[in-house]
Amino acid sequence: MIWLDTLVQGVLLGGLYALFAAGLSLVFGIMRLVNLAHGDLIVLAAYVILGICSATGMNPFIAATLALPVMFVFGWLLQTHLFNRVLGEDILPPLLVTFGLSVVTQNLLLEFFSADSRKLAMGAVEAQSVTLGPFTLGLIPLATLGSAFAVIFALNQLFYRTALGRAFRATSDDRVTVQLMGIYPQKVFAIATGIALMVATLAALYLGARANFDPTIGPARLLYAFEAVIIGGLGSLWGTLAGGLVIGVAQAFGAAINPEWQILAGHLAFVAVLLVRPRGLFPRAND
Amino acid sequence: MFTRRNLLKSGAALAASSFALPALGGNAKIRIGYVSPQSGPLSAFSEADNFMVAQFLEVAKAQGLDVEVIVKDSQSNPNRAAEVARELITRDQVNLILVASTPETTNPVCTIAEAEEIPVISSVAPWQPWFIGQQGNPSDPGSWQPFDYVYHFFWGLEDNIGAFLRMWDSVQTNRKVGALWPNDGDGNAWASEVGMPPAAAAAGFELTDAGRYQNLTDDFSAQINAFKRAECEIMTGIPIPPDFTTFWTQAMQQGFNPKVVSIAKALLFPESVVALGDLGHNLSCELYWSPAFPYKSSLTGDSSADLAGKFQEAAKRQWTQPVGFTHALFEVAADALKRAEDPTDGDALAEAIAATRLDTVVGNIGWGKENVPEFARRNVAKTPLVGGQWRRKEDGSFDLVIVENGNAPEIPLGGTLELLA
Repeated sequence: MIWLDTLVQGVLLGGLYALFAAGLSLVFGIMRLVNLAHGDLIVLAAYVILGICSATGMNPFIAATLALPVMFVFGWLLQTHLFNRVLGEDILPPLLVTFGLSVVTQNLLLEFFSADSRKLAMGAVEAQSVTLGPFTLGLIPLATLGSAFAVIFALNQLFYRTALGRAFRATSDDRVTVQLMGIYPQKVFAIATGIALMVATLAALYLGARANFDPTIGPARLLYAFEAVIIGGLGSLWGTLAGGLVIGVAQAFGAAINPEWQILAGHLAFVAVLLVRPRGLFPRAND
Repeated sequence: MFTRRNLLKSGAALAASSFALPALGGNAKIRIGYVSPQSGPLSAFSEADNFMVAQFLEVAKAQGLDVEVIVKDSQSNPNRAAEVARELITRDQVNLILVASTPETTNPVCTIAEAEEIPVISSVAPWQPWFIGQQGNPSDPGSWQPFDYVYHFFWGLEDNIGAFLRMWDSVQTNRKVGALWPNDGDGNAWASEVGMPPAAAAAGFELTDAGRYQNLTDDFSAQINAFKRAECEIMTGIPIPPDFTTFWTQAMQQGFNPKVVSIAKALLFPESVVALGDLGHNLSCELYWSPAFPYKSSLTGDSSADLAGKFQEAAKRQWTQPVGFTHALFEVAADALKRAEDPTDGDALAEAIAATRLDTVVGNIGWGKENVPEFARRNVAKTPLVGGQWRRKEDGSFDLVIVENGNAPEIPLGGTLELLA
């Protein structure tokens, strides 16, 4: 029984990791940009939500819907004025720029919000849970997992059912040829980063509901997101979800054996998947 | 006659006399270096720095002490702390260093100052990690050496454990305790043979230790299951604030409802407790200074309540426990500088610090007392530690109420320990 409960709690945790990873996966899939500042941008989004909450006194869930367009515009500007300048044949400059962005973001947040550890106050719902048979499932973790599924589903629809998605895929496949078809890769990239930061805002909402955050907490979360993307296979969104779940479940089982092995078990699962399937679980066929 | 040789001779004489001047001067300004984590994750400890330095300079001037305070930021980084300590000693040529907050800040500074023979007054780090952490071989008590220039005042692990055990004794429970100890310096010390397990067993508490976990863990279901299975009615631990929030929210979700929760470190600052909202009500923690402490400042004559009030007015935020200790550091410094035969001489100043017997705003501070084990007695002075409980008020802010004072009966109780739920 304990093992089944461990599995369920691991899946719920995996939902959070999948949300962390979805934005990263999107950006990497389309423009081959490894965004080392992704964790810090999630923390930034958490502060944006917190700012809206404390300014207006509204519930964080409603504040997050207001933060979504703000973060989209921020992502768009970030890509247009910063990342697009360094994207090219050489993969090193964009990597260094995102690394610098990570440092700058952390210190700006520290300057404006101090090192106090903060949390998004959800009210009574925080401690509530539903009982399903032998399991007690927290409402917030359930909502996290549900949102992860919804986000991945929505992104997939966007990718495979819309003109914008076609442009995303085409740009990802061949950045030069796509320009012959009247698509500006730079504009496509800007929209993609905007969407990635909207997903990051959702991740921030659930991160802030689950634990405290402070300006320096971002990079610790980035690692799991990376692993989820790699386990799932580069460019596959459902794969990213699966990757998040694999890490979450591995951590939960590691902890059930001994809490010392919790984090390690997640990393071991990552290594194991790479050994068996070096390109991840669901790699896109043509990469 | 104006020749090259005459010119060189007179020039040399002039140079010699001007070099000799400062040494003859004697009453040079006393320079104090102050190192604390003003930015980074530990910066909550340093909220009172600016206020205390300004207050100290004002009072020192009025009392005829000619001092200058050079403030350095450790950026919450041990390497940076060592670097600024070296800068203070070589470039600024300070006569005394004050250092505060966590072993990550105090230890590198003390190690360098001890080697350079500059006196240090240090505080706000439990004395075991401070003293033992600076030893060449921490695992071999036989090799531990006292220091000549560095002096520390704070409480120790044994005081914190004692306060928690007495708090739990004061209420009716099944005496089963769940422990949440991370795999870091603090967690390992609490879980070790000098930590909680033997003390809890001696006091008749049954301990469930779920094992060391990594800091910044996102899921505590395994620990919660272990505590539920063992039917723990008491919870303790020394997690970092984000981890405690994760744990406690998950515990509520998964139906783990202990009667008493005593957490060290994570509940130190009101901000962390306010972040928990309703879930923060009646959690308990260690308490080393509050406005209710019945002590007065030797520097300004202010009571603890006055000091907290002035800080709140100047900083526009609620008092925190380190505020009293930041003030006490400057109290001890001023007292030692006044008593030292020659404050600019390292040995004389270290001697004056060692002879301190001062009633400060955090209690009496004096080195060489009986309440510290023999091996550390020369360098460690203990201050009182009591138990506190956070009470949520109507407006959502929290009060820290003293509920246990076995260690220092002169500190008045503000109430008795209340059970959760």
